[in-house]
Amino acid sequence: MLESLRSQRLLALFCAGLALLNFPLLALWDRDSSMLGLPLFPIALFVLWAGLIAVLALILEGRED
Amino acid sequence: MLGAPWVVGVAFAYLLLLFAVASFGDRRARQGRSVIGTPWIYALSMAVYCSAWTYFGSVGRAASGGVWFLPIYLGPMLAMILAWMLLRKMIRIAREHRITSIADFIASRYGKSQALAGLVTLITVVGIVPYIALQLKGIAVAYALMTNAPGAPVTDATPWWADSTFYVALALAGFTIVFGARHLDSAERHEGMVAAIAFESMVKLLAFLAVGAFAVWGLFDGLGDLFARARAVPELARLLTLGQGTGFAYEQWFALTMLSGLSVLCLPRQFQVMVVENVDERHLKRAAWVFPLYLLLINLFVLPIALAGLLHFGAGANAEGFVLTLPLAAGREGLALLAFVGGLSAATGMVIVEAIAVSTMVCNDLVMPLLLRTRRFRAAAGRDHTAFLLGIRRAAIVCILLLGYLYFRLAGEAYALVGIGLISFAAVAQFAPAMLGGMYWKGGTREGALAGLLAGFAIWIYTLMLPSIAKSGWWSTGFVEHGPFGIALLKPEALLGMARLDYLTHSLFWSLLANIGLYVAVSLWRAPSAGETSQALLFVDVFHRNAAAGPAFWRGRARVADLLPLLGRFLGTARAEALFDEHARQRGVPHRDALQPDARLVRFVERQLAGAIGSASARVMVASVVEEEPLDLDDVMRILDEASQIRAYSHRLEQVTEELKRANEQLKSLDRLKDDFMSSVTHELRTPLTSIRALAELMRDDEQMPAAQRQEFLDIVVAETERLSRLVNQVLDMAKIESGHAEWHNTDVDLRKLLTQAVQTTTEMMRERGATVDLHMPETLPLLRADADRLIQVLLNLLSNAAKFVPRGSGHIDVRLESDSTGVTIAVQDNGPGVPAGQRELIFERFRQGGDALNRPQGTGLGLPISRQIVEHFGGSMWLRDDTAQGACFCFSLPWPASGAGTNSGDKT
Amino acid sequence: MTHRILIADDEPNIVVSLEYLMKRAGYEVLIARDGQEAIDTIRRERPQLVLLDVMMPGKTGFDVCQELRADEALNGTLVLMLTAKGRATDIEKGLGVGADAYMTKPFSTKDLLAKVAEMLAAR
Repeated sequence: MLESLRSQRLLALFCAGLALLNFPLLALWDRDSSMLGLPLFPIALFVLWAGLIAVLALILEGRED
Repeated sequence: MLGAPWVVGVAFAYLLLLFAVASFGDRRARQGRSVIGTPWIYALSMAVYCSAWTYFGSVGRAASGGVWFLPIYLGPMLAMILAWMLLRKMIRIAREHRITSIADFIASRYGKSQALAGLVTLITVVGIVPYIALQLKGIAVAYALMTNAPGAPVTDATPWWADSTFYVALALAGFTIVFGARHLDSAERHEGMVAAIAFESMVKLLAFLAVGAFAVWGLFDGLGDLFARARAVPELARLLTLGQGTGFAYEQWFALTMLSGLSVLCLPRQFQVMVVENVDERHLKRAAWVFPLYLLLINLFVLPIALAGLLHFGAGANAEGFVLTLPLAAGREGLALLAFVGGLSAATGMVIVEAIAVSTMVCNDLVMPLLLRTRRFRAAAGRDHTAFLLGIRRAAIVCILLLGYLYFRLAGEAYALVGIGLISFAAVAQFAPAMLGGMYWKGGTREGALAGLLAGFAIWIYTLMLPSIAKSGWWSTGFVEHGPFGIALLKPEALLGMARLDYLTHSLFWSLLANIGLYVAVSLWRAPSAGETSQALLFVDVFHRNAAAGPAFWRGRARVADLLPLLGRFLGTARAEALFDEHARQRGVPHRDALQPDARLVRFVERQLAGAIGSASARVMVASVVEEEPLDLDDVMRILDEASQIRAYSHRLEQVTEELKRANEQLKSLDRLKDDFMSSVTHELRTPLTSIRALAELMRDDEQMPAAQRQEFLDIVVAETERLSRLVNQVLDMAKIESGHAEWHNTDVDLRKLLTQAVQTTTEMMRERGATVDLHMPETLPLLRADADRLIQVLLNLLSNAAKFVPRGSGHIDVRLESDSTGVTIAVQDNGPGVPAGQRELIFERFRQGGDALNRPQGTGLGLPISRQIVEHFGGSMWLRDDTAQGACFCFSLPWPASGAGTNSGDKT
Repeated sequence: MTHRILIADDEPNIVVSLEYLMKRAGYEVLIARDGQEAIDTIRRERPQLVLLDVMMPGKTGFDVCQELRADEALNGTLVLMLTAKGRATDIEKGLGVGADAYMTKPFSTKDLLAKVAEMLAAR
């Protein structure tokens, strides 16, 4: 299952996502501050999510080596 | 508020549009120009995950719990990261084993067990019913909001026959049948349905984004303004945090994430669109990130809409309807209608796909197996079962929807929409251990899967299902609050005293713990059975094996005449024949009648049948047709061994071919040698014949030939005749010795006597040449076991050779016999010109004669080779001593029989 | 005009018979016992026809024939090859190196005479 580089990267991304989107890393964003006038936490959540999708797209669409 | 006819009309129009898209898709599929063959469509079809839950439930959840609506979508996000490996494996397995549902998948993996198939179907039906109810509730609420005045009660306590939701359910059943149960497809492909689902995914996304944009920039001045205003209100401000002011329930967040992640794999509708309907597994590459992107986009405005609604309507409003009530309140009826269509779209999409998937399971894995037990059904020959199967499916669809309606009536008020949905998630999540374990663990057994599923299901019922019904008022909630019979430790929402978790996480924890625990424990209880092992290998190693060409785990007797009609019974005769033809073509057989009824063919038939009636039932049908010998584990292992042996054999075959090639080359060169020998012999024979014939003809044709001349010629003829016969004899001799056909008369030979005899025989020849012979021998000599005549032959050969080459008149030949512990050595030394260095080995070759051509004495060139052969036959050797000053010294040695054997080495070349 | 014929063979008895045969037929006869001698004699005496044995020590009949054909001056010499080997490959080889005719031993004296006469007449 983990023969290819792509599979290993995917697994790594999965673990990263799991860590980032759960406590305690998630709680780091739970501050009463704002970013661009917007509350930090929801924005951070969506930005993280978008980042994960972007990396996922890169890994999947990239050349299989 | 809109007029009811308007709303109904728009709803129907939209559904008809969906239907048109579906027909278009089906028609193109029949033409072979599929519209769904792109990864974008595939990704959009996955978005059927977003149902009325997303449209209404999420907003409601956001309004009460802030970001807590989100974990349901983070789970699929994480699951899709692994999709390329996980899903692809599922797709590959499903493709190779013609698996058409989750029940099929699990049952197939664990030895095509009908019990498992039935259990999974049962769990699915029970678990999905709440989810269907959720959709119905969503539609009902939406409809009410669109047609009633705001503020009016949303659901009335009307009797069911007057309840519009009932008719909605029936209408949905009808549409589902039209979409997916018009005909049987052995691969369970519904291209039209997929096209329609992709379409409606676009519609619901666009509609939601439209409402969201309206809420943010229509009702407020952008996100900043909205959030600033929300933060001003303390209750709303806390929605923007993780802890919601009460502390963060980490385990709940994690549980929800994990639950939704598992569900995206285990939900029947997801399995249907992601695995069964998959056209090309490479589409997964794109879809695996496009689908999460879709989820992100559709969730972008959930929180803003919730906040906008709360700000607009104040707390306590029914948040689930904000997507509709906000536009309505602002007078944007068109937008509200669009949102309604979007919500309707979401709900119907989910219902259609789910109902089709579940009805397939019910038909193949629940009803069919039960029917197959009745003899009457099995024995019904010649009847076309396709109509019957379709009927079962349609009935199942109607039943599922009606059950959904029933739940909606009974328990729809207990929880918010999201709560209902989560109960369904928790049910289908019970499949995960058996499914994922089956794909990666060869040790999973049928009993383990059964035990795990039963335990998980039972706990699910006890901790989630029953309490939900109780909380709807159909039961006293006493058993929930105090435990059954007052036993506090068995409180359904706090088993064994675990009261820290919320009801969902609690249920999830216990059910999965029991499920996984029993799965592993019972699987390890005993070794997997033969059928399970074979399936396990085919599943877990699917990327490494090609199932179609892999070992066929079956042993029995079958007849093509039985298999073809069996397939025809369920797929139609024409289609069955076409499939057989295709199979024959693939195997290189000229016609389907020429197909051998072997394991491969039986598996082929079983697989095709599985597409129509499920793998467990297919197995039963095929087994009824063929006489099958039950496989035991040894057989499976043997079949596997054969398969790997075949691989090893073909490798050895290559090696052997190489060796054979080399041997052939050797033989060819030997053949050439033989040819050379033959041509040499013929040449040698023909040469004297030529002179004999020519001279004889000359004498015949010339009567006036002088007598002297005639005499000379006759002398030559006679000499040549002798030469010829000598040659013939020697060639025969040589051939006999070499081929091992010579006769050897071994006696106890006195070498001294032999030597003396040989010298005496050649006295005349020596006297004529003027040569002297000296003989040196020891006084006594043990006897040697050998053929006396042959040894004489050797001695005479050496002596006559010596005589030929010694100078006339002064020739001297020295014959010496020596013996030691190993054997005797005889040396014949002459004082002739000797053998030039270049010819020392050459003279032992056939037809080679020493001396130069002009002075070559009469000889055949075969004497020395024959002598050498004779000597070597007795285990000795012959050579030319090369340390003599003058002349040649031919020597040969003969060993004493040490082990008592004059070994036959006559096959030396 | 008396034709000169060279007999090239290493078997003395065959030479004896051929010599007598050719002389009786009225040809002038030369003799060579091996390949090199044959070439030298041909160069020296320029016979019209050569009865060439294939199996000779040193240079074989094939070698002799090739040399003859390679030499401008000796190119026109008629060559009749005689050999005990009768395989098709040998015949082809003989004709391939430029022999005008090929006869296998043992031959019929009548056939040989006829062939020689035919070759010389065609000149």
